[in-house]
Amino acid sequence: MIEGILIGLETAFSIKNLMMVMIGCFAGTIIGMLPGLGPMTAIALMIPITYGFEPSTGLILMAGVYYGAVFGGSTSSILINAPGIPGTVATSFDGYPMAQQGKAGKALAIAAYSSFAGGTIAAVFLLIAAPSLSKVSLAFRSPDYFGLMILGLTAVSAFSAKGHFLKAMMMVVLGLMLASVGQDTLSDIPRFTFQNMNLSDGISFVLVVMATFAMSEALTIIFKANDPTRVAKQISLSQLGSIKLDKDETKKMVKTIPRSSVLGFIIGVLPGAGSTIASFLAYGMERNFVNDEEKQKFGKGSVNGLAAPETANNAACSGSFVPLLTLGIPGSGTTAVMLGALLGFGIQPGPRLYQTNPEIFWSVIMSMYIGMVILLILNLPLIPYIARVLATPRTFLIPLILFFSVTGIYLMSFNNFDIFLMIGIAVVATILRLYDFPMPPLILAFVLGGLMEENLRRSLLISDGSWSFLWDRPLTLVIMVVIIVIVGWQIYRGILIKK
Amino acid sequence: MKISPSKIISLLFFIFSGFYLYTAHQIQVFTFDENAAFNAKTFPIYLGYAGLMFSALYIILPETKPSNVDLSILDYKKTIMLVVLMVLYGITILRVGYFLSTSIFLVLSYIVLGERKWLWIFLLSFPFVAIFMYLLHGLLNIYLRDPFLQYIGVMG
Repeated sequence: MIEGILIGLETAFSIKNLMMVMIGCFAGTIIGMLPGLGPMTAIALMIPITYGFEPSTGLILMAGVYYGAVFGGSTSSILINAPGIPGTVATSFDGYPMAQQGKAGKALAIAAYSSFAGGTIAAVFLLIAAPSLSKVSLAFRSPDYFGLMILGLTAVSAFSAKGHFLKAMMMVVLGLMLASVGQDTLSDIPRFTFQNMNLSDGISFVLVVMATFAMSEALTIIFKANDPTRVAKQISLSQLGSIKLDKDETKKMVKTIPRSSVLGFIIGVLPGAGSTIASFLAYGMERNFVNDEEKQKFGKGSVNGLAAPETANNAACSGSFVPLLTLGIPGSGTTAVMLGALLGFGIQPGPRLYQTNPEIFWSVIMSMYIGMVILLILNLPLIPYIARVLATPRTFLIPLILFFSVTGIYLMSFNNFDIFLMIGIAVVATILRLYDFPMPPLILAFVLGGLMEENLRRSLLISDGSWSFLWDRPLTLVIMVVIIVIVGWQIYRGILIKK
Repeated sequence: MKISPSKIISLLFFIFSGFYLYTAHQIQVFTFDENAAFNAKTFPIYLGYAGLMFSALYIILPETKPSNVDLSILDYKKTIMLVVLMVLYGITILRVGYFLSTSIFLVLSYIVLGERKWLWIFLLSFPFVAIFMYLLHGLLNIYLRDPFLQYIGVMG
């Protein structure tokens, strides 16, 4: 492990990679701060740029963007009560009341320190857990992988789209259908190409991500006539107050951070759960831990109430890298985008990544520490200035997002067909979003489509066409039982709500 | 009787899944693969059935959490105009070239969305695209086809 850490440090500490972490954190903070635009959009916008880099550099940039976007989301939650991402909704419960009391600077500092501590502690857990889990996951066979992928898709559908499980499952199927377009990987037989040469290589992952996130988010803002920057213009961003914390506030944070980090990391590792659930659970857990006097302050500007979700959502971000790096199966929409980017680099994450590409494995982990430090050093003093981004008029913001999206796909394909296809998918995605059809399950399914078919192919061929492979191995059986429980619970809950 | 838009979308998805399933059955596989446990059309066929099943379930079962959207507040005009501008951008990007088509797309998009600060409109279009192109083409060596700039001799 020591050797790996040294490899990671050597790669992460190169001038180029340090620059990338800084740029990533900075760009991520700005994009994540804009309400409606989350880490997935931020990472999607970076993908075309990263294709010119080495895989480790590209991944380091994207990891920086991820953390930056989560931090940026907290800033808009605290300052204007408009969470950039669902994972920072719980942050606004106590962060916004603090800002209203004239303690915005303090709230942002608590968020920054908590994010730093949560992310750093979770990165230590990742350092320990990932190599061990990599060794364990070598025992996984095709049926287990197939089961795990179904579990990931089901869990994301169940957790990411509360009350819209069937809609999410339709999106899963649509994502898998889109992934099936193009030549079959084994036989090279064209499928769903309708004799169009542009479709023979399949639909580009970047195209789908850009269309369903960056472009459709921009169109949704216009379609709903929603100006996310309107509130920001009404408040004075220059009067944020002091960012210094007193002894009592520090003492409260010291107690909250360790327990929220552990919870956040565990939730982050679970497929589908992610930072949103982690932050809400941490908020709820913290409320039960504090004394009655502090409990009364929850929702009115409590330090514990702000530190807990902030710590947990960053810890969950680190945790979500565990299934991606060790199993090659992303547990969330954001890590699905990263998996797609890795596959674009020709790298297959999974248990063997640890052995075949140790520099990637370790440099990503090491860059997390560096990213945390940079976020703290760079962003905290710059918050009053960065916060001005919130007031960028949408009249400029939206065309620039559309321009970056079109340019991104144009640079990759140099043809009109992909641009038109992207516009078409974006329009459909905008309508689907309007009626709460969630997009993260679609992206996850699109990324996993090829791998899922490959593992199903192997499993069916080994079992001579019989579906008994789903219960022959104890591990597969356990996974299938968990899937059945999740689906059953969703259906039961649906019936319960209706009654 | 009022049908919810989500159910209409599910019905459309049901029809789409049916079409997908039909097309999946039409995939030509090798003769020796026809009766194999798994061939090029196996997975798509399962997907087609899954699509039919989930959409049918949504149509049949009562909605637990209906999505209420106030259609009257939606800005159709600006959205459609932006989509049309993007399509025109897509058409012209190869013929006219990256610089001119991108700059004009940005100018028109700002205007469509109601921006009237002309100095900012200019700065965030032509000079902005020129700097962006220099970064991509000049510094990162990413090729950008531009017949217009080649014609006037700015680009080699």
